[in-house]
Amino acid sequence: MGHPGKERRVTGTLLTIDGLTKAYPGVVANDTVSFEIKAGEVHALLGENGAGKSTLVKMIYGLVKPDSGTMLMNGEVFAPAEPRAARASGVAMVFQHFSLFDALDVAENIALGMENPPPMRDLAARIRTVSEEYGLPLDPFRTVGDLSAGERQRVEIIRCLLQDPKLLIMDEPTSVLTPQEVDILFETLRKLTAEGVAILYISHKLEEIRMLCDAATILRLGKNVGTCVPAETSARDMAELMVGTELQTPKSTGATLGDVVLDISGLSMPSPSAFGTALKNVHLRLRAGEVLGIGGVAGNGQDEMLLALSGEVRVDADAIKLKGAPVGKLAPNARRALGLLTAPEERLGHAAAPDMSLTENALLTGNVRKGLSQRGFLKWAKTQAFAEEIIEKFDVRTPGPDNAARSLSGGNLQKFVIGREVLQEPEVLVVNQPTWGVDASAAAAIRQAILDLAAGGTAVIVISQDLDELMEVADNFAALNEGRLTETRPTKGLTIDEIGLMMGGAHGMEVAHADA
Amino acid sequence: MDLSAINPALLLASLLVAATPILIAGIGELVVERAGVLNLGVEGMMITGAICGFMATIITGSPALGFLFAALGGAALSLLFALLTQVALANQVASGLALTLFGLGLSALLGQGYVGLKPPSTPKLDIPLLSDIPFFGTVLFNHDIIVYLGIALVAAVWAVLKFTRVGLVLRAVGENHDAAHALGYKVVRIRVLAIMFGGACAGLGGAYISLIRVPQWTEGMTAGAGWIALALVVFASWKPWRVLLGAWLFGGITVLQLNLQAAGVSIPVEILSMSPYIITIVVLVIMSADKSRAPASLGRIFHASS
Repeated sequence: MGHPGKERRVTGTLLTIDGLTKAYPGVVANDTVSFEIKAGEVHALLGENGAGKSTLVKMIYGLVKPDSGTMLMNGEVFAPAEPRAARASGVAMVFQHFSLFDALDVAENIALGMENPPPMRDLAARIRTVSEEYGLPLDPFRTVGDLSAGERQRVEIIRCLLQDPKLLIMDEPTSVLTPQEVDILFETLRKLTAEGVAILYISHKLEEIRMLCDAATILRLGKNVGTCVPAETSARDMAELMVGTELQTPKSTGATLGDVVLDISGLSMPSPSAFGTALKNVHLRLRAGEVLGIGGVAGNGQDEMLLALSGEVRVDADAIKLKGAPVGKLAPNARRALGLLTAPEERLGHAAAPDMSLTENALLTGNVRKGLSQRGFLKWAKTQAFAEEIIEKFDVRTPGPDNAARSLSGGNLQKFVIGREVLQEPEVLVVNQPTWGVDASAAAAIRQAILDLAAGGTAVIVISQDLDELMEVADNFAALNEGRLTETRPTKGLTIDEIGLMMGGAHGMEVAHADA
Repeated sequence: MDLSAINPALLLASLLVAATPILIAGIGELVVERAGVLNLGVEGMMITGAICGFMATIITGSPALGFLFAALGGAALSLLFALLTQVALANQVASGLALTLFGLGLSALLGQGYVGLKPPSTPKLDIPLLSDIPFFGTVLFNHDIIVYLGIALVAAVWAVLKFTRVGLVLRAVGENHDAAHALGYKVVRIRVLAIMFGGACAGLGGAYISLIRVPQWTEGMTAGAGWIALALVVFASWKPWRVLLGAWLFGGITVLQLNLQAAGVSIPVEILSMSPYIITIVVLVIMSADKSRAPASLGRIFHASS
């Protein structure tokens, strides 16, 4: 992929951010942050979770009011009181989550994001024209709930483009895309910058930022800790600027693989929810000591795969065999007793009960294997000791095991959830998105724990949308695409193109007509 | 048994009358639920509307003012629910049940001096020529204005939800309040307004019972109509015209079974009395088997985290 847009650099400053400060009770989210965004540039905003990136963009988009500091747009004071005002000044935003309405159709979703939408029929026609012009074809009358993740993102982008934005804010836009879809998105963005639109680009994928962005501002704990030109800075240097310390890379000890412990054959399962994905004829074999990475774009059957393996949804008895014994019809606790443990993606509400203490949460999955109850009576002392063991061994930062799961930060709760399963010495461990929304040092610790577990002879399945993570921990790789699992291939030697094709290619998208 | 005593024209005419209270209360609750709020206090708001309207009519002598005050009374009571659930972020189910109990008690207290009184009758909208048409005149064109208002409300709610921006925003808020908030829509304000609309409709429906259908005041006289209206909304899959259909079905079978009882049909009275409930629910369950589903944010508490 080349850099066709580099010569179109427009140099006028579009947005000046000067000394923006926003404090919440107990935490300063932004501390006198200042930087400039030029017209026609792609400006990256880097930082770990909690560094204050989202607060900053919410202030630019008028969702949050700064405590102090000013913004200038084209030299004039810019202080949007609400998103409407920001949109009127030419600021548009593509959200990472929460901004589409599943039950409404594409045109209705787009109309909701516009100030003065034209009548539906005209709007539908404009959606067709603009979406084809930018290589993101969309049918205005399809229900959004039926669209793939990539198509849903197109809806958001088109919604922004229809307002002729001067500044487009994108929050983690590529986390839901296949590599091919990312290429298409980047072509679209380059076409936009060539027209003079500035893009504020938030991502933690540093290689992408090096490829796409003209400038970068790095936030750490709410402060601007530096700027750099991404193309001239290594990904590792940028990561260390974000974290503030040197990064530990997880190391695999490379244990030899043992016998097949988990054998899935012909696993099919209808979708358990209205907008879910059905699993279709999934086959895989997992050997002791193996780490299998399952990639794929969100919503292609990852959650359903976990439900089928955990026992929350029963399938044919013979579809899942654990050490030769059919377990497909067994409930979660019976599977735990046999050594098949799982850690789902949603930390609050699925992996942990938010308002219960860590001790109680330790009991919820640890009861069977750790013998935390007897004849229906709970052994609180033993349970608390188990919770304290998890907290100590996995460096969970919390005042103690009596604290509610809800009170922990994402990374700490994730360490607790993973640690709780690891310490039960599973035969097979299945984790879904183990480091989603977790800061870099906690993510490294979790990946190391997975590798250590595998070195001890446990078979591990890591389901993740973070390809870098899978490349780092997995021995073998397979991808889920519309509920089907590809063949398993060794991670070593796989190219990013091959992975992209395994994930389903570009889902029928076409590249933007860059010369149009 | 003498089935010939049943006059089909009068039967159909009284069907429209019997259906009106639950129709108006139901269409109000439909708007509330499409905005993502589950208000189980319909019964309480109806009975409050019934007594407010009754009192205002007795005092002023004007049924029109009576209906106005019924709507205001229902809306005022619903504002209490709005405060609890939208500002204090209380649980909607518990708040709604409390609202029903509160409304029943409040109306009993207010209505103590009004038992046994007879309100001035509401004039029928005698449309010249049209109401003289045989059969159709009796069925369609010989009613009080509230019957037509109910049908007009259904049409208006349907059109607003489907064709206007206000309707789109309301549906968006009910579908995903976080997204609506992120786009800059005032979730709480929209919901409070929807709740008050629902309260006003419930009040009107209640007053229709105390001023026209019965017409007098007795404690607890709505007798579960609010719950029927709630069930109607769910089984109608949150679609306005289906609420109309369900209300007519329920009202029709209610008057039919009364007529059958009077005619001395040899079916046990108990079975006849329960038939409107059973048949309405069965029909609507069959109809709601299509893909339609509840607004995704229904009953969830919205808290704008910044």
